[in-house]
Amino acid sequence: MTDSSSMLATVQDIISTLKDKPGALLPILHGIQDALGYVPAEAVPAIAKGLNLSRAEVHGVISFYHYFRETPPGQHTIHLCRAESCQAMGSKALEAHVQAKLGIDYHETTADGQFSLEPVYCLGNCACSPAIQIDDDVFGRVSADRFDAIIEELA
Amino acid sequence: MSITIFVPCDSSAVSIGADRVAAAIAKEAEQRGIAINLVRNGSRGLYWLETLVEVATEQGRVAYGPVQTSDVASLFAADFLTGQAHPLYLGLTEELPYLKKQQRLTFARIGITDPISLDDYLAHDGYRGLNNALKQSQAEIVKAVTDSGLRGRGGAAFPTGIKWNTVLNTPSEQKYIICNADEGDSGTFSDRMVMEGDPFVLIEGMTIAGLAVGANQGYIYLRVEYPHAHKALNAAIAAAYAAGYLGDDILGSGNAFHLEVRLGAGAYICGEETSLMESLEGKRGLVRFKPPLPAISGLFGKPTIVNNVISLASVPIILDKGGDYYRDFGLGRSRGTLPLQLAGNLKYTGLVEIAFGTTLRELLYDFGGGSATGRPIKAVQVGGPLGAYLPESQFDTPLDYEAFAANWTVLGHGGVVAFDDTADMAALARYNMEFCAVESCGKCTPCRIGSTRGTEVLDDIINNVDRDKNVVLLRSLCDTLLNGSLCALGGMTPYPVLSALNHFPEDFGVDA
Repeated sequence: MTDSSSMLATVQDIISTLKDKPGALLPILHGIQDALGYVPAEAVPAIAKGLNLSRAEVHGVISFYHYFRETPPGQHTIHLCRAESCQAMGSKALEAHVQAKLGIDYHETTADGQFSLEPVYCLGNCACSPAIQIDDDVFGRVSADRFDAIIEELA
Repeated sequence: MSITIFVPCDSSAVSIGADRVAAAIAKEAEQRGIAINLVRNGSRGLYWLETLVEVATEQGRVAYGPVQTSDVASLFAADFLTGQAHPLYLGLTEELPYLKKQQRLTFARIGITDPISLDDYLAHDGYRGLNNALKQSQAEIVKAVTDSGLRGRGGAAFPTGIKWNTVLNTPSEQKYIICNADEGDSGTFSDRMVMEGDPFVLIEGMTIAGLAVGANQGYIYLRVEYPHAHKALNAAIAAAYAAGYLGDDILGSGNAFHLEVRLGAGAYICGEETSLMESLEGKRGLVRFKPPLPAISGLFGKPTIVNNVISLASVPIILDKGGDYYRDFGLGRSRGTLPLQLAGNLKYTGLVEIAFGTTLRELLYDFGGGSATGRPIKAVQVGGPLGAYLPESQFDTPLDYEAFAANWTVLGHGGVVAFDDTADMAALARYNMEFCAVESCGKCTPCRIGSTRGTEVLDDIINNVDRDKNVVLLRSLCDTLLNGSLCALGGMTPYPVLSALNHFPEDFGVDA
């Protein structure tokens, strides 16, 4: 969605639906990120107004949580687990492979807009390490070859 | 009559192909004109055997695994539908030694039932605990939980009954039950397995907690990294509402209990209970000072129970079979069972629910089968990213909160991550400091600044810059973190860092 007025309409819709929940800010931010892929800066004043908060408070919450992003993601977001169990099963080598293959570091998006790469600290898939998540799908026992095959299928 | 086949829907099983196996079985059966009843169960927790396919036979459920899509045609050809031999044939599931040696109380149904079928839950002793609770006074319910000896399974091991009693005795119009489902500790996945594999048991446990203390609203604060658990919980909650197990009048008792799942947003610190409540209130997840205790002034300033998933999921069996039944498992002050999660470099990774008292060595070798790589196990981190690394000389420690504490180690949420002898303990210590820096909420100085300085000091040690002086500095810094931090994140990061340094000084270039 590129059109800014329809984007704001979506944001406004989500705010009106959720604003009366106790502690509504996180549900609203999730709603916006689910719909748009990120929480655009233009949404902040509307959220602040809807919840009777200052813009600083809303921005403070968005920036506190790793999951919320303020820029559009690539078509697919890859979360690569950096935690201990995956390290015990070779995630450092996988990390190097993924970064070289995509040509990006963490928190970056490939030039063609296909993939964003984010670190994650445990996917709860520790019995099948190393693990990655692409969008909502979790993959276990990911070797360099398996990673290549997975993104081949997505591209 | 159609034959029932079980293929797990657990996200770990799916991560290595369970959905594809299920689809292949459905397709093959259709092509052969065989009517099957395909049930997506939870995982039995034997992950090296996933995808573990089971067939219901007259003798019981027969297991085959690990099944890949390419095995499906040969399974049908070998007539696995009547439990016949095949290279992947494992025999009766219940007789698999890994399962048979366990004492599954909290995980009694997981891997057996269809997680989101209320009928299946009821057919497997579900809601018996709630039915008993409805016949008891609030004090009696709390007493059963106290008598069971249950201690918080999230890691802090605080007696659950005492927490409940405090909330019960704090007068308020509004009280809350919060389930801490922000299972952020790396190397742990038991909460996930419960929520994906038996969500009703958590709902039942929370409902009982609500009855016990007079709370009519519950929240499950779920980490966003668990989308499968989110779907399962929402489906189960909807089914519970529809059947009158949740709502304004639970089973006609006149008691109300409402339940909602709220998602976190990738902040490890929100697993700390006060930070979690800030987050639920829609704020930055900054840790609160204690006191006041959440049991007295918690969510929105109201008396609040905050319990981990496993703690709450252990409540139904306690109310069903009695506090004494649960307490008879375990030893010392660690009563009942603990679901342990074997992870990292082990041959047989998975879920082992067992009474307290087993040694770490039995867990690593009798269950875990030693390292996956076949190399010696060098170190084991128990209790998540804030847990100490144990060297081989500590492997005989029994699984017991006090025995671990006496070793300056922690049992925590029961995560067990093994490393073989290729692990670089200095690099791991540096990672643990960096993790603290990434995840610090920033409220207290020791954690916010100490973790960043600690990472730099570890870099200097690793790069041999004034190594001896920096080791002294690191120990001093860890002392500040241990004693000066507001919560366990800063306060316990020294556990992995110093245990790595103390037990494996050679990895830091330091003389033993």
